[in-house]
Amino acid sequence: MGRPEIEVEEQRSLTRRAIMIGGAKLALLLAIAGRLRYLQVTESEQLSGLAERNRINISMLEPLRGRVFDRSGTVLADNNLNYRILIVREQAGDVELVLRKLARIIPIIEPELSNKIQEINAQREFVPVIVAENATWKQVAAVSANAPALPGISTKFGSTRHYPFGSELAHVVGYVGPVDRTEQENVRDRDPLLHVPKFQIGKTGLEKSMDRQLRGNAGNRKIEINVQGREVRELNRVDAKPGSDLQVTIDRRLQNYASARIGAAAAAAIVMNARSGHILASVSVPTFDPNKFVSGHTVAEFEQLLKTPGSPLVNRSMRGLYPPGSTFKMVTALAALESGFVDPEEEIVCDGRHEVQNRNFHCWRRNGHGKVNLRKGLSESCDVYYYQMAERVGIERINNMANRLGFGTQHELPMPDVATGKLPTKSWKLETEGQAWLLGDTLNAGIGQGFILASALQLAVMTARIATGLQVKPRMLMSVGGVPATPEKWHPLDISSVYLNLIRDGMYAVTNDKNGTAHESRSADPSFIIAGKTGTSQVRTITEETRESGIPSYEDLPTQLRDHALFCGFAPYDDPTIVAAVIIEHGGSGSKVAAPIVRDLLMRAHYGRLPPLEAYPEKQRKRIQREQLELELDNPDPDGNPIQGVTQA
Amino acid sequence: MIHTNENRQLFGSSVDKLTKFNWTLLCLVITTSAIGVVALYSVAGGDFSPWASAQIQRGLVGLAILFAIALTPTRFWQATALPLYLVSIALLIAVELSGAAVKGAQRWLEVGALRVQPSEFVKICLILVLAALYAELPQKRVSRPLWIALPVLLTLVPVLLVFRQPDLGTAVMIALSGAAVMFAAGVNFRYFAAVGLLAIGVASTVLLSRDTDWQILEDYQYRRIETFLNPDSDPFDAGYHTTQSKIAFGSGGLHGRGYLQGTQSQLNFLPEKHTDFVFTTLAEEFGLIWCLVILAFYGFISGFCIRFAIRCGDRFCALLVIGLSSVFFLHFSANLAMVSGLIPVVGIPLPLISYGGTALLMTFAAFGLIESAHIHASRRSEQ
Repeated sequence: MGRPEIEVEEQRSLTRRAIMIGGAKLALLLAIAGRLRYLQVTESEQLSGLAERNRINISMLEPLRGRVFDRSGTVLADNNLNYRILIVREQAGDVELVLRKLARIIPIIEPELSNKIQEINAQREFVPVIVAENATWKQVAAVSANAPALPGISTKFGSTRHYPFGSELAHVVGYVGPVDRTEQENVRDRDPLLHVPKFQIGKTGLEKSMDRQLRGNAGNRKIEINVQGREVRELNRVDAKPGSDLQVTIDRRLQNYASARIGAAAAAAIVMNARSGHILASVSVPTFDPNKFVSGHTVAEFEQLLKTPGSPLVNRSMRGLYPPGSTFKMVTALAALESGFVDPEEEIVCDGRHEVQNRNFHCWRRNGHGKVNLRKGLSESCDVYYYQMAERVGIERINNMANRLGFGTQHELPMPDVATGKLPTKSWKLETEGQAWLLGDTLNAGIGQGFILASALQLAVMTARIATGLQVKPRMLMSVGGVPATPEKWHPLDISSVYLNLIRDGMYAVTNDKNGTAHESRSADPSFIIAGKTGTSQVRTITEETRESGIPSYEDLPTQLRDHALFCGFAPYDDPTIVAAVIIEHGGSGSKVAAPIVRDLLMRAHYGRLPPLEAYPEKQRKRIQREQLELELDNPDPDGNPIQGVTQA
Repeated sequence: MIHTNENRQLFGSSVDKLTKFNWTLLCLVITTSAIGVVALYSVAGGDFSPWASAQIQRGLVGLAILFAIALTPTRFWQATALPLYLVSIALLIAVELSGAAVKGAQRWLEVGALRVQPSEFVKICLILVLAALYAELPQKRVSRPLWIALPVLLTLVPVLLVFRQPDLGTAVMIALSGAAVMFAAGVNFRYFAAVGLLAIGVASTVLLSRDTDWQILEDYQYRRIETFLNPDSDPFDAGYHTTQSKIAFGSGGLHGRGYLQGTQSQLNFLPEKHTDFVFTTLAEEFGLIWCLVILAFYGFISGFCIRFAIRCGDRFCALLVIGLSSVFFLHFSANLAMVSGLIPVVGIPLPLISYGGTALLMTFAAFGLIESAHIHASRRSEQ
């Protein structure tokens, strides 16, 4: 065509450029191939792990909490199956609007609505929050029918803890509540269930101490989800393992009787099987309704509870500490007998006071008891006798004996914060008070005053140990998850039975001798003789001046300065099966206030029903009958229903 | 004589032409399209509806177009290059004026029930017009500034129109296609070096303009660049595409999870799984080995085209084939680089495999032109 050279040149240029383009393409292709190899071989393992997480969602299945039964099988802590109404914020859109619509179906009280909205907003947007619990089937149906108008609202079948006996067993059984941050951060409890929002966990009492057993184990559901988080199918399911049921040693009916008998006065009481250590009743007054904690207190209710005088939330029978007063005299007496510093027949003259280091220590009977031996010292509770004993044996021996009888020790019970109590020593006083131990301190300790502190539980344990001569320990569990607790055989106390018999005889005299401090609280049933010891422990410090001006009568004192009334007793005297210890705060005299209650509790436990009037001294029967009629019992069960393993056949 | 030749070329028997047809190339194209149908069947959860069956129908239409274009003499296309180009520009302007807003971008033109994407059409027209231009232009004038300005102008008009839609990815693709033809035509290296430097300058200006009054790109485009540079910074928002797609590659591994077993794609974790990210499904279900086979298909197609361009002896045909195959290859490599996290997510479909009507038809049309060049150029070189 006339320009072949040019065409050849053009073709060469084109070829060069085409080869360059081809080369560039090849390079790109290799780069992409290299990238694919990197992703699909080198990084494959890591990336496919991500793919696995992408599609599988593991959701927890909550176990049903174990129930708590009393010794005869009455349920004390139950699960009420119910419907809950839940809301998911991200699905609801306008939370307030939805809640207002919902409020037309289910009552949501207005002041709580704003709290609820705050609570919902505090959670992550996809976490379901409970709006209402215990919804009726009718309400659930109404919610379901109105579902299109209620976005983000769903209903769920769940369980709520219920305590059928409410306040009566509040301290023993305790209550559950939603898990809090400190519980979630507990390093010893790494249960994933704790991270379920609002998971119910034991907060006090058995619910807290036995939480691990009651809680059960979480199950899980492995579900495949797509990118919207919608469930595609279930891959795997491990059902939750329900919590273990507990059977406790408490006798529900005895507990009910004890609560009614003690009434409204601030008090602590323990009824225990003397041989097995089974706690049959444990009363703490004032009390509270544990169901309110589960359903959620209103703010006002909770503040009210915190303001209530006498701290109703504290379990007085196991955590409350009091000066044991004269109930401690058995300890001093045993220490003196064992050390050989006293002969039981030795008579000490009580003229109403004992002078030590220019300081007068008074007996509660200003005019004195006259000649006092060991038996009379106990039955008439002569303080001077025990000042002398304490002076002779010294604080170390007293403490040693107290320890062997269960004071100053934290008894192992499935209850939180069981009190240790206090047995003061010389070094303790120097360290905490910065003062040297005085002989007067020993004397005060000898009559259970001063620094000594003990709980009703410890009084009951001491009484059981003295009554049986065995190292009885308190117990509360009959069975866990259907496995009965192994029966325990207690070691004998390393105290001579001769001395123990002397003490028991003294305690017999307290109730059965005409001059005994609790003669009014004796039993008229010869097969159920009660022995015990009164105590009236001082709350106020009686100064020399008040002594001089004369001790005012209790009635003149304001309540918070009145003495605590104590009594611990056991029965039957010749073969003890039951012990009871009662402390009435600021109740006044132990003999007048605490002893009659202990007698009633022992009898109620023994007869398994309202104590028969014949068991009481004839003169008292009319009054007792009236009192019995006034008792507000759930079920007076007049026919009786003996407590297993306690009452004699 | 020339007249007779022209006549024979225009009206010569179709059977005769079919013997000159490059059947190997066609087989590669059809096979690759079939792989696309397989992938679309899988991403629908093992169902022909909604994508695979539609893709088959479009493929068949595309095949008819391919043959129609292939049997039309190349000279016809050379002669109509400029009018076609002008039509495509007009369509782009029409989109600008009345295009339906889809995902914040105006890319479609509603023609009755059809939605056409003029930006796909303009790519082919640009290459046609540039190839026609350079076919008439003597080699020694190619690098003269005036003759540089004209093809640059022809390229920049559609680039700017597409960029305004806004469709950054396609705009870049069109610019690179124009550049490929100019490069093959023998434009001096210095111009490319200058443009390269200019591009770097523009890119830095664009990046610096962010959050100022004269911000050039859309916010989402900046986010895409940002998350490309560090996809893990925002794995659930803008970096989601890249992260999920990389997970699918890794999940596939060497041998794949098996057809219809890809958890990433079957469970909807993959975004745009039937369009731009369709390759990730193949990667997850068939593994690296089959990925490399598909790569090889694309490589062979490009290789055939370059080999033919060198041998055909016709400047228009050679430039047309180089240009078209470059568009094809650029889309393919840009898409794979995007889904494998080498470049930011720019919205480039995988030619022949991604679901998309206009793109598929235009790809078949491009191969129709290539086959046309093959039939008619080889015919002429024989003489």
